[in-house]
Amino acid sequence: MTTMAQSPTETGGKRAGPRPFINPYLGGIILGLVLFAAFYLTGNGLGASGGLNRLIIWFIDLVAPQHVDRVSYLLHYAGGDKDALDHWIVLMTAGIFLGGLLSGWYGRRLKFETIKGPHITVRQRWFFAYLGGIISGFGARMARGCTSGQGLSGGATLSVGSWGFLLAFFGAGYLMAYFVRRLWN
Amino acid sequence: MAPFQLFDIFGKPITYLIYLLIGMGFGYALEASGFGVSTKLTDQFYLRDQTVFKVMFTAVLVAMVLLFGATGLGLLDYNRIWVPPTYLWPGILGGFMIGVGFIVGGFCPGTSVAASATGKVDGMFFVGGILTGIMIFGETVKYFEQFWYSSFMGRFTIPDWLGLDTGVVVFGITAIGLAALWGAEHIERAYRRRAHQPFRRHPRWHWSGAIALLGAAFAVMLIGQPTVVDMWTRIAGEKEPLLENREVQIHPAELRSLYYDPLVNLVMLDVRPESEYNIYHLQDAQRVDLEDLPDLAPDLQAMPQGTVFVLMSNDETLATQGWKALEALEVPNVYILEGGLNNWLAVYGEGEYAPLTQGEDEQLRYNFTAALGSNDPTAVPSQHDEGIEYTPKVKIESKAPTGGGGCG
Repeated sequence: MTTMAQSPTETGGKRAGPRPFINPYLGGIILGLVLFAAFYLTGNGLGASGGLNRLIIWFIDLVAPQHVDRVSYLLHYAGGDKDALDHWIVLMTAGIFLGGLLSGWYGRRLKFETIKGPHITVRQRWFFAYLGGIISGFGARMARGCTSGQGLSGGATLSVGSWGFLLAFFGAGYLMAYFVRRLWN
Repeated sequence: MAPFQLFDIFGKPITYLIYLLIGMGFGYALEASGFGVSTKLTDQFYLRDQTVFKVMFTAVLVAMVLLFGATGLGLLDYNRIWVPPTYLWPGILGGFMIGVGFIVGGFCPGTSVAASATGKVDGMFFVGGILTGIMIFGETVKYFEQFWYSSFMGRFTIPDWLGLDTGVVVFGITAIGLAALWGAEHIERAYRRRAHQPFRRHPRWHWSGAIALLGAAFAVMLIGQPTVVDMWTRIAGEKEPLLENREVQIHPAELRSLYYDPLVNLVMLDVRPESEYNIYHLQDAQRVDLEDLPDLAPDLQAMPQGTVFVLMSNDETLATQGWKALEALEVPNVYILEGGLNNWLAVYGEGEYAPLTQGEDEQLRYNFTAALGSNDPTAVPSQHDEGIEYTPKVKIESKAPTGGGGCG
């Protein structure tokens, strides 16, 4: 599969075909307005990994509550009577899912499929997606935020650490791209 | 003034609904831009497609200009906006890992959620990986906790770092960012030309949009950011009565008792010039310049619950100026030493020092033959006995709610 096959260029004339993606600058402007609205209304920026963090801690709390009360990192979120899911970031993360769903539905892009480079199998793609997710999840806690919480929110508020984060993020992508080119080319 | 205390205004259900809607806008922007498709995301790093860069940096520039425009116009309080605190090296390592995870797995956390929503199985595996990775972090952080908390610089912004005006930085980043976007266009075009792929010319609105954004950033620079005096003027109507009713001027005996209170973290700030501070000051009082208070405010805000700040000068004039500044900067629990150090010496001077009968405002009305600093029994609050009656005025408030964390 090549990139061209997945990013349709024709406008939605045909009934079955997916609509094209919006202009990247338009997407950026919409995202910037959403980011500003988040700051203006709530004082908080955008975040995504924080909701997933609370989801997994909620699950751990469900199966092993004593364990949560012993590990200080988990205790902070779900110790004792605390409900790990009772936090705004969880709602925001749920919103990302719903917004993605609505956009995918409108764009006729809802489809169970695995998107991958041309030279690996579907199972290999799943394995590397899972592996990448582990690295990413670990990194998101290490950095106290992901591309949204640090990159977008910290970038717009001019946090020095967040700009360091952004440089490291893009730097790592370009640096590692060569070594994993088999996955995508 | 924005941001709003949504929980107090609307209660929890409506507030959570607002967060859900914001999240939906975020998810829409990601999916509609194509961020649910892993190959489109990773194409950024093989120079085939610059969408990731374009969307992210456009969003950062637009939000930044709007944010600092709103704070400049006094519509938004920058001090109550969540600025991710800088833990430099953990942040850089984490960013590096997310970059590696991105090129190996095809997503970052937010995009993988949006991808899962449209049925992308690779996105679902990535989400599963994130949950696993977070679990591993939670179980292992105890082994590298020292590193995780290292290189902490607090709320540290680029204007602080460069020592430049916020407006200048906003304009500079906008100009550099737009140039980088223009560069990204050229990289993309060069790639497409080589790969014999079609590319379209810029729609004209790209240029007008870029010029409008640059113009807005220029306006942000011209408007500037509110000074402490501007911020005080806005809250003066509400706060001036506290001064007039003498609700924040504490008696020397109350300061003495705060010194002893185990529940209070007492921070004494002496705002007089250094020469006077050297002649006489209370033990443990730190000298600060009034002009430095804005830079100091985030550090003061970050102090633990139960911190009480007491400002002092020879009389009350300078300390009151400092109080206004710290109130404007939303530092909680700030008080003034009643009557200043002159009054302290009148109460606790033990007759050792005879006051000059006259003196101008903010003049130390006691003669010291040498610069004693705090090497004088009267300067040590614990040297004095209890027993002086006073009206207690300190009410410890919980900290002003500042955001609460971008990634929860």
